[in-house]
Amino acid sequence: MNRHLLSAADLSRDDALLVLDTAEEMAQVADRPIKKLPTLRGRTVVNLFFEDSTRTRTSFELAAKRLSADVINFSAKGSSVSKGESLKDTALTLEAMGADAVVVRHWASGAPHRLAHWIRGSVLNAGDGTHEHPTQALLDAFTMRQRLGRLEGLNVGIVGDVLHSRVARSNVLLLHTLGADVTVVAPPTLLPVGVDAWPCAVSFDLDGVLPKCDVVMMLRVQRERMHGGFFPTTREYSRRYGLDARRLAMLPDDAIVMHPGPMNRGVEIAAEVADGVRSTIVEQVANGVSVRMAVLYLLLGGDLSAGSEDVA
Amino acid sequence: MSGSWAIRGVRPLGGEPADLFIDNGELVDEEPAGAEVIDAAGLIALPGLVDLHTHLREPGREDAETVETGTAAAALGGFTAVHAMANTDPVADVAGVVEQVWRLGQDAGHCDVHPVGAVTVGLRGEHLAELGAMADSAARVRIFSDDGHCVHDPLLMRRALEYVRAFDGVIAQHAQDPRLTDGAQMNEGEQSARLGLAGWPAVAEEAVIARDCLLAAHVGGRVHFCHVSTAGSVELIRWAKGKGWNVTAEVTPHHLFLTDDVVSTYDPVFKVNPPLRTAEDVAALRAAVLDGTIDAIATDHAPHALEDKETEWAAAAFGMTGLETALPVVVAALLETGALDDAQLWPLVADRMSSRPAAIGRLSGHGQPLLPGAPANLVLVDPAATWTVDPARGASRGRNTPFAGRTLPARIVATFLRGRPTALDGKVA
Repeated sequence: MNRHLLSAADLSRDDALLVLDTAEEMAQVADRPIKKLPTLRGRTVVNLFFEDSTRTRTSFELAAKRLSADVINFSAKGSSVSKGESLKDTALTLEAMGADAVVVRHWASGAPHRLAHWIRGSVLNAGDGTHEHPTQALLDAFTMRQRLGRLEGLNVGIVGDVLHSRVARSNVLLLHTLGADVTVVAPPTLLPVGVDAWPCAVSFDLDGVLPKCDVVMMLRVQRERMHGGFFPTTREYSRRYGLDARRLAMLPDDAIVMHPGPMNRGVEIAAEVADGVRSTIVEQVANGVSVRMAVLYLLLGGDLSAGSEDVA
Repeated sequence: MSGSWAIRGVRPLGGEPADLFIDNGELVDEEPAGAEVIDAAGLIALPGLVDLHTHLREPGREDAETVETGTAAAALGGFTAVHAMANTDPVADVAGVVEQVWRLGQDAGHCDVHPVGAVTVGLRGEHLAELGAMADSAARVRIFSDDGHCVHDPLLMRRALEYVRAFDGVIAQHAQDPRLTDGAQMNEGEQSARLGLAGWPAVAEEAVIARDCLLAAHVGGRVHFCHVSTAGSVELIRWAKGKGWNVTAEVTPHHLFLTDDVVSTYDPVFKVNPPLRTAEDVAALRAAVLDGTIDAIATDHAPHALEDKETEWAAAAFGMTGLETALPVVVAALLETGALDDAQLWPLVADRMSSRPAAIGRLSGHGQPLLPGAPANLVLVDPAATWTVDPARGASRGRNTPFAGRTLPARIVATFLRGRPTALDGKVA
């Protein structure tokens, strides 16, 4: 594996499978009375969050703590307008503190790439702007494999605001690497110009895509998009691209429904669908911890087994 | 102060070797007595370069650049005249500010500084600035631009194009529809889709260019397009010129050389407005320079303080430095086309980087053929030398060159402004 995890495209097929297999081992730890491994004892993991995200931060924090790392939460909420300490100064500070890994969530696409330019430790992208969120894609793939037993050849529909979604970008790349067939589904205004170059199919018609989906992944519609002129009204969006009971019935029998959270119930997903038996939303959260443990372990080369990992 | 010089064995515009003599600030027929001799065997002589588009940042952002440092960079780059853009603080929208900038240029003495006047008060796009007062001032402004902002209101643009006819002015349009580029960060296309950066679509430039060609034709005005960046813009300008309309255009060296592929590092040194485009756009821009659809190469030299570039991509300032790398980058870009031999290259460079920009800016003292009687504004270039760009070694305060570490052809050996060397052997003279 590379030293950093900035994009799902950084992962080869072997890398990605290694993460998923390692995550399975990590998941067993959660079933023990003492949910802790000594593998990263003495290592320092910094959670650097420039954007509020309690669930992602907590997930990474728990993952690092279960591996016995020292965890520092560094909340540096700021915007492009309010110039506080610069990203570079923050990076130099963390470098001076001897951070072995920096988990970064940032409002700006590419901020983790800049950070990796300035510090020696591993940088782990925990979501950057409208770019990528690779550990979300890994936990989604983990969840699919757990539920459906395979990834190769799965038909996955990713539905909603693809234009602004870091979850969509990382999932398209990772699922393609792992051999799944992805279709992104959205109104044309919420697909990026240039989407044709992505390794996936594109559709504007959710009803046409659903019958062949093994997995349907609903993306959150951000509140600011609802008033951004991307679609006429929230109701119309919901009618055309929301997953309700009628549409759920169009899916094959064993298909699953995913959502990266947080959900807008009644907008992109109906409450009864979110809470239904096909929904994996709660599992996704649990799997997030295992997958992040695996990534931290592999990036930092902990000694889970006797074999020594290459700390490249 | 301007002594006499004998430049021996130089190849004017890449032609046969000849001797050039300078006396009293002019090119002369015969070698003046006691002339200082320069052995220029193997060097090319070109008329001093003229930049239509320079940001000197003074007044207001002297931490990023001053007239002194910016014009020193210009001299090192072979320029004898630059047009200083109006987006200073205060904005160059009144006679007092343009005269101040003009005078700072005179005092620095590295090259002639011709201030560009703002089209609208405060660059706000609401009311015409006092264009006539700036034209009549000591700075004798002929180019007006809200560069950095588009004169977006069609009626205001029409009035500006009409009004400047009274003093043979030209409106230099920064063609960018503001609504189509709200929050835009890079060229809209495959790269922006992948990188998750808000797109700046080609149509936002092209729609304004199409409109302004039609407006210029309608009112008989003169329009110039700044930093044209797309293949579609080239087609529109070619069409307007075919109609015989009074339309000119410039392209930057960086748009002739770099594509949006470089953005994948998220290094804001590559963030510029208009953004770097695709390889197809670069090819179309190069072809347009070759066939004259694009009249001039202009640097859009935009120095920034380090802290405005060492940030997240979205938070960084737009712009690149360009004065000291312009000629080498243009030579490299034109040679890459494979369409030119040595005998064609240098006359073309002289035309697009000196004669035509001087004509657009109505600068009678620049861009002249290197003939006796002409002002001795010229640059000597070593076409065989290569050099590696080191941002720390430039005269500009800006370190934001996208060419750092690149090895480029053609080195500027000397620059003369009215017979006086302003750069010699790569140093400010």
